[in-house]
Amino acid sequence: MSIRLEHVNYVYSSGTAYEKHAVKDLNITIESGEFIGIIGHTGSGKSTLTQLLNGLIKATDGHIYYNDKSIYDKKFDMRQLRGQVGLVFQYPEHQLFETSIIRDVSFGPANMGLAKDEIEKRAKMALMQVGIGEDLFEASPFELSGGQRRRAAIAGVLAMEPSYLILDEPTAGLDPKGREEILELIRWLHETRHITVLLVSHSMEDVAEYVNRIIVMNHGQIAFDGVPKEVFKNYRELEKIGLAAPQVTYVMNQLKDNGFQVETDAVTVEEAYEAIKVWARKEGVIL
Amino acid sequence: MGKERGGDIIIRDITIGQYYPAKSVLHSLDPRVKLAGTFLYIISLFIFESLSGYVLAGLILLLTIKASHVPFSYIVKGLKSVVFVMMFAVFFNVFFSHGQHQLVKYGVISITVEGIELACFMAIRLVYLILGSSLMTFTTTPNQLTDGLEKALAPLNRLKIPVHEIAMMMSIALRFIPILLEEADKIMKAQSARGADFETGNLMTRAKRLVPLLVPLFISAFRRANDLAMAMEARCYRGGEGRTKMKPLKYKRLDYVGYSLVASYLGIVFVIENYII
Repeated sequence: MSIRLEHVNYVYSSGTAYEKHAVKDLNITIESGEFIGIIGHTGSGKSTLTQLLNGLIKATDGHIYYNDKSIYDKKFDMRQLRGQVGLVFQYPEHQLFETSIIRDVSFGPANMGLAKDEIEKRAKMALMQVGIGEDLFEASPFELSGGQRRRAAIAGVLAMEPSYLILDEPTAGLDPKGREEILELIRWLHETRHITVLLVSHSMEDVAEYVNRIIVMNHGQIAFDGVPKEVFKNYRELEKIGLAAPQVTYVMNQLKDNGFQVETDAVTVEEAYEAIKVWARKEGVIL
Repeated sequence: MGKERGGDIIIRDITIGQYYPAKSVLHSLDPRVKLAGTFLYIISLFIFESLSGYVLAGLILLLTIKASHVPFSYIVKGLKSVVFVMMFAVFFNVFFSHGQHQLVKYGVISITVEGIELACFMAIRLVYLILGSSLMTFTTTPNQLTDGLEKALAPLNRLKIPVHEIAMMMSIALRFIPILLEEADKIMKAQSARGADFETGNLMTRAKRLVPLLVPLFISAFRRANDLAMAMEARCYRGGEGRTKMKPLKYKRLDYVGYSLVASYLGIVFVIENYII
């Protein structure tokens, strides 16, 4: 089970003054079970990549294979792909349109042509998963808080029971509590439901904390691809393309520059704590 | 454009009424000159009765397009959206016409030489009209356009017509067209990602399927209007009275040349229509 991109190019409005080469010669393989973070500054091609993956836009050039079948093949069932590769857009709560939450969440499964009781079952389960109780099922989207609305919109995608889940900045504009809830939900989906997750994010801390592989996009190409520790070692190059490493990585580097011989590859606060403990034991310092 | 491409292409294809950034004489003309020129050009299209007039109008159009540095193919794309209207008009003119040289008569259908001639001229007229007016929007930003209108219509202020407010409403409306198109594109994609289908089915089902697009679009339009009103009030906006401009419109030499070219075009049209034939 994998999604594979081979030499994928995408050009917007080709042949006009607005022409833009959004992604250039991308080669990526996403294996089932991964938790991938995609980072890059605005206009680096992140959004284009996410839309290419479930066939919302068609590559100008190149091939995309879902489980080794080309998605641009005439016989390929694009609708089924959309169900398999769920895409949660930025500010997904802006797409809610139904009179009640449960009806909105049923929209996806209903489009898949499922039986009525199956639709209801899936919608209820998806809402439960995102932590929206039965008392709110019949509520209008307008009666919910911002964080609840966002979670309801995510449930709208989860109800299609995708094997892959792509989330474009799912925590944008939420308060710290809302962010934590969403990120924990995503972690739970990955660990318990075994959904392959692609998380597009601007927060290096979030990415470092949750994912096990980072893809850094720059000018439509892949700048780095690897485990967080390896990628954030290149923090000086990351800064050049408008990104950064997690704050704690800088702290560790500062410590080392000031003569404390600590390992500098920590990317989360826990890891930094461990690294300092190791250093303290070695130096005989009591913390 | 396969159906799997979702909302991507449909919306980006609407070029009519858009601005096309380029450096050209036409781009740097005062918007009032362009407004007057376009207006008079359109009027001239309805004066013509002779073939030579159409040839002249066509030549002028080609020359201005050349001078505008907007790619010809880009301008022609704008015609696509009106092909249906044009075919409709041509169809009625060809099949339900009166005239002396009847070619076919079958029930209510009658085809005459005059009818075909009229249909051809009408089609040409429509094409010229659309190309001419879209050339103006291609070379003038919406802001310049409303500035030009406001200034040109300023005398109406004396008749208690709120020219500034109308111009402001117009420029806000124009400003929001690309934003709402983008928003529509985004919502369409988001709903397509949930398996929505906007492209198949008959007219009724398709109209019904637009609900998941239109409801969020309206909500977002209201939200944006609200935010904008708040932002304007926060900056003490209170209408046109006593308001000055950062870049007031001023005629330059180029603009007088423009006016005289328009005037000489009108002169030639007058001569052709009255004396040549």
